[in-house]
Amino acid sequence: MNSERQYIELYGQTKQFIDNGSHALINAHRQQALEQLEAQGLPTSKNERYKYIDVAEAFAPDYGLNLRRMKMEADPGAAYRCSVPNLDSVLYYVFNDKVVAKDGNTLDTDRLFVGSLVDFAANRPEEFNKYYNKFVGDGLVALNTLLAQDGVVVWIGDGYKCEKTIQILNLTLGNVAMMTNRRVLIVVGKGAEASLLVCDHSLTKESHLVSEVAEIVVAEDAVLHLCSIEETGETNKMFRSTNIVQHCRSKLSYTDVTLNNGLTRHTLDLHLAGEKAEACVSGLVVGGGTQHADSDLLISHEACCCKSDVLYKSVLDGSSTGAFAGKVYVAPGAQKSESQETNSNLCVSPNAHAYTRPMLEIYADDVKCNHGSTVGRLDESALFYMAQRGVDPTEGRRLLQQAFACEVIERIELPSLRTRLHQMIEERFRRGSGACGDCVLCASK
Amino acid sequence: MQKKEENSFIRKVADKDYEYGFTTDVETEIIEKGLNEDVVRLISEKKGEPEWLLDFRLKSFRHWLTMEQPKWGHVDLPTIDYQAISYYADPRGRNNKNENREIDPELEKTFDKLGIPLQERMALSGVAVDAVMDSVSVKTTFKEKLAEKGIIFCSISEAVKQYPDLVKQYLGTVVPYRDNFFAALNSAVFSDGSFVYIPKGVRCPMELSTYFRINAVNTGQFERTLIVCDEGAYVSYLEGCTAPMRDENQLHAAIVEIVVEKDAEVKYSTVQNWYPGDKNGNGGVYNLVTKRGLLRGENSKLSWTQVETGSAITWKYPSCILRGDNAVAEFYSVAVTNNYQEADTGTKMIHIGRNTRSTIVSKGISAGHSQNSYRGLVKAGRNASGARNYSSCDSLLLSDTCGAHTFPYIDVKNNTAIVEHEATTSKISEEQLFYCNQRGIPPEEAVGLIVNGYAKDVINKLPMEFAVEAQKLLSVSLEGSVG
Amino acid sequence: MLEVRNLYASVEGKEILRGVDLTVKAGEVHALMGPNGSGKSTLSNVLVGNPLYTVTGGEVFFNGKDLLAMPAEDRSHEGLFMSFQTPVEIPGVSMNNFMRAAINAKRKYLGQPPINGADFLKMVKEKRALVELDAGLTRRGVNEGFSGGEKKRNEIFQMAMLEPTLTILDETDSGLDVDALRIVADGFNKLRTPQTAAICITHYQRMLDYIKPDIVHVMMNGRIVKTGGPDLAYRIEEEGFDWLKEETLRENKI
Repeated sequence: MNSERQYIELYGQTKQFIDNGSHALINAHRQQALEQLEAQGLPTSKNERYKYIDVAEAFAPDYGLNLRRMKMEADPGAAYRCSVPNLDSVLYYVFNDKVVAKDGNTLDTDRLFVGSLVDFAANRPEEFNKYYNKFVGDGLVALNTLLAQDGVVVWIGDGYKCEKTIQILNLTLGNVAMMTNRRVLIVVGKGAEASLLVCDHSLTKESHLVSEVAEIVVAEDAVLHLCSIEETGETNKMFRSTNIVQHCRSKLSYTDVTLNNGLTRHTLDLHLAGEKAEACVSGLVVGGGTQHADSDLLISHEACCCKSDVLYKSVLDGSSTGAFAGKVYVAPGAQKSESQETNSNLCVSPNAHAYTRPMLEIYADDVKCNHGSTVGRLDESALFYMAQRGVDPTEGRRLLQQAFACEVIERIELPSLRTRLHQMIEERFRRGSGACGDCVLCASK
Repeated sequence: MQKKEENSFIRKVADKDYEYGFTTDVETEIIEKGLNEDVVRLISEKKGEPEWLLDFRLKSFRHWLTMEQPKWGHVDLPTIDYQAISYYADPRGRNNKNENREIDPELEKTFDKLGIPLQERMALSGVAVDAVMDSVSVKTTFKEKLAEKGIIFCSISEAVKQYPDLVKQYLGTVVPYRDNFFAALNSAVFSDGSFVYIPKGVRCPMELSTYFRINAVNTGQFERTLIVCDEGAYVSYLEGCTAPMRDENQLHAAIVEIVVEKDAEVKYSTVQNWYPGDKNGNGGVYNLVTKRGLLRGENSKLSWTQVETGSAITWKYPSCILRGDNAVAEFYSVAVTNNYQEADTGTKMIHIGRNTRSTIVSKGISAGHSQNSYRGLVKAGRNASGARNYSSCDSLLLSDTCGAHTFPYIDVKNNTAIVEHEATTSKISEEQLFYCNQRGIPPEEAVGLIVNGYAKDVINKLPMEFAVEAQKLLSVSLEGSVG
Repeated sequence: MLEVRNLYASVEGKEILRGVDLTVKAGEVHALMGPNGSGKSTLSNVLVGNPLYTVTGGEVFFNGKDLLAMPAEDRSHEGLFMSFQTPVEIPGVSMNNFMRAAINAKRKYLGQPPINGADFLKMVKEKRALVELDAGLTRRGVNEGFSGGEKKRNEIFQMAMLEPTLTILDETDSGLDVDALRIVADGFNKLRTPQTAAICITHYQRMLDYIKPDIVHVMMNGRIVKTGGPDLAYRIEEEGFDWLKEETLRENKI
């Protein structure tokens, strides 16, 4: 199946609209992306990294694209309340790929920029050119580069330490089946510090495919805490490709939580490019119904003395599928690399499937690299112990699943966010899949 | 300073001669290089095979023509010119085919030199040997003694003639000719190998062993082994292999099929020491092998143990299909690579039956510029309730120019299955080395000591005589290669 | 309170209990002794409803209710508590959360509203003191990384929290040193009332020195073969079980 054909043709027909609705600096990358996409196509299951997901099928439907930049009508404040009590945050809404700041303003100072990609390209062309489209991705990335018109930029200048958490709410809307191509740029300058919370929600019951490409740079001595939560619905498809580059002594903590979704694919490439960079990468999938979550990580140790610590967990109920692949790569000469990778899966229903592939590819000798993965079920003896104390099996199962899941949340550094996520997860296990409980759609169910 | 010294050890080891690199000067009948249907027919004719086997070969050959040499695996396997290889070499010469005749003393000497005496009175007690050189089995010992118990142990060529129904019943049932490129090639041109049949309820009284030797130039060896262990029977089988030092690469593409019936148990051990090539990566054997066991009956048990030290390129995954309920499968492996060797090895555990259990223990040791990969699949099918797997894969690195890789695949489709995998990769411990040095053990010996300790779990699974061999082999392959 | 009649049970297809009769009244402490494999632990596991054990015959009434018809959690709500021989570790589920879930489940069963947070914490603090359980331990996962002694103390702490009417102490003394044993036994004794009862399974008189039993039973081959007063335990401590084996053989009971 050549699902990319229809998008290549669409591009041919609507090139003008696409360019008009974007910025010249963004448009400048489309031709090369077109060539790459025509040569490579979308990844197929023959590609080791896409073994358990059918990209062509996901992209096959004839999705509508808002290439003419029609204004999407919604009142974010009324539509959605994703509050994190006690979290001092600055909130930005993104409708599909368009930033709609609550007060309508892009934050643009000499030390800080939070706003739309188009504005960033217009206001800071040099910075834009330094960071936009700087990695060679697969066909999915090329398709995004070809069609993306806008997106979100968080740029933190050298030495700036953000006091507040920046919260970005991605909301998908549309009254027909649609596709959104969103581009994200996160730059944390030398010695700067930032914490970011990104939440994905769906405000539509129509099928919606989000293709997101995120480029993240954490400069020398910078610190970035990034937490991403997906609470969408079964009609949502999400394809995310994230490329992170960490420079010397930078620190990253990244947490990726999927509580409700349809089909989610996340390709995460993390490059520890500078000495003594450290990354703590965590993931949690709570699956039910027909949810499908597929995470593919590449943790690339490219300089000396870097550390990586990966923990991904999934609790799979219903007929959900969880696929995890995580390759830790240690380049020649990247001595004193330390890496730990763990993937644990709990299948709680007979129809849930787990696939796991932790991998090590090591070309330096002075390293300490471990990985482990497990697929298992709930501990029957623990359930009996709980029953003896009067806790019925349903509650016992919930407690065990929650305990299993919360190990991931415990790794989050912001206490208020940690508390909030504990609540969300408890809520998720109480309600089952298919309802996030927070958005208007779900609250009215 | 220390570093420099250690490097000299590496060189010392690299320069070390491959002990089995000699050639045997015997008159060998070699058919012309190249592969086509006529060659397939010629091989079959030379072996005096029945029509059905020729058909099997031709079907395989035709299927092979539709396939491409696989590109996957963490090895740099060049595209092999299959027309530049001779597919049949008989060291018994042109005029020496009478099977009842005494074997050529030169051949006997060769095997003696390899430590495999073909005279029963000289043989290791309790080990029966099938000796295969190039395409032909030269001698099988203790055949008569085993026959008393109803055990069949002979070359597969002989089995085709003597027990055609048994061979026909099982050949290609575990590894179908369509399985993969090299399996198709082997099925078309396989030369010799061993056939073992253990009847119901019989415990094989001695270790059965096959020794493979490549001698002739520019020939490929396509061994085919078939082991059938009937209900309640037991056998322990060993294979060993060596080849002369040659500048060209030699191709070895084997198939081993094992069928384990209800309550039966098979232990299969390999000490693989094909010529690994020289210190610059010239020459050496391409060891591209498909080995698989079908645990057909309830409570059947199969255990693979391998010590892989040779070959320029190794590409093999001895696998188990756990079909019978309560079947138990094991895979124990030590793979050592040095210089420019490349090994991509591991196993597949396919759980189909209920309450099936499998264990994987893999120890990789890489030195020099070598690449050493573990690749394994653990699969629990929808009906494999209560399936249990534990895998542990460790890699030890002895130089900063080698690579150690781990690629496990875990697919679970039954929620009562429990699968656990863990892997570690680390450098040989300097603390341990220093401790040994402080106690007066020189570095090269210390490495051997530590590596042997590291591989102990696997070595212990080998039958006694071979465990000693394997330990020596490990030390020889790695002495002092601390980087 | 507890009435066991001609109880048969098996585990993994193997018959272990072969006709147990036992009556426990309020205010009593029973000791259950017997050689390894005689069925003591099986009896206690069957009473609390461990799904690994299958009842093949007989009946059990607890305060007049058919105990065997109830799931394990309802037996707990009815006031049956077992201190496990080897309490399982439940990583990640904190003791506090666990106990709160247990107490609220019981309250729900009894038609009471959930306990409020402050009352619960006060209760934890009170009961903790009883077995000298470190505050840190109740914040950890259930039994996670607890030492042998801590686990047993934690069992008695949970007993205090749930206020059962019948407690089964399944070899609670195993693996405890003298000091730990004293703390556990003292904790248990403080919780005794004329309305509660206990069955204490043990191999040693040591335990019975602290927890003074009113009645001592000896189990062999899946049945209670001898019942007596505290003296019986002393005799077993002195002479072992052989004399009983002979006696039962003579009486042709086995």
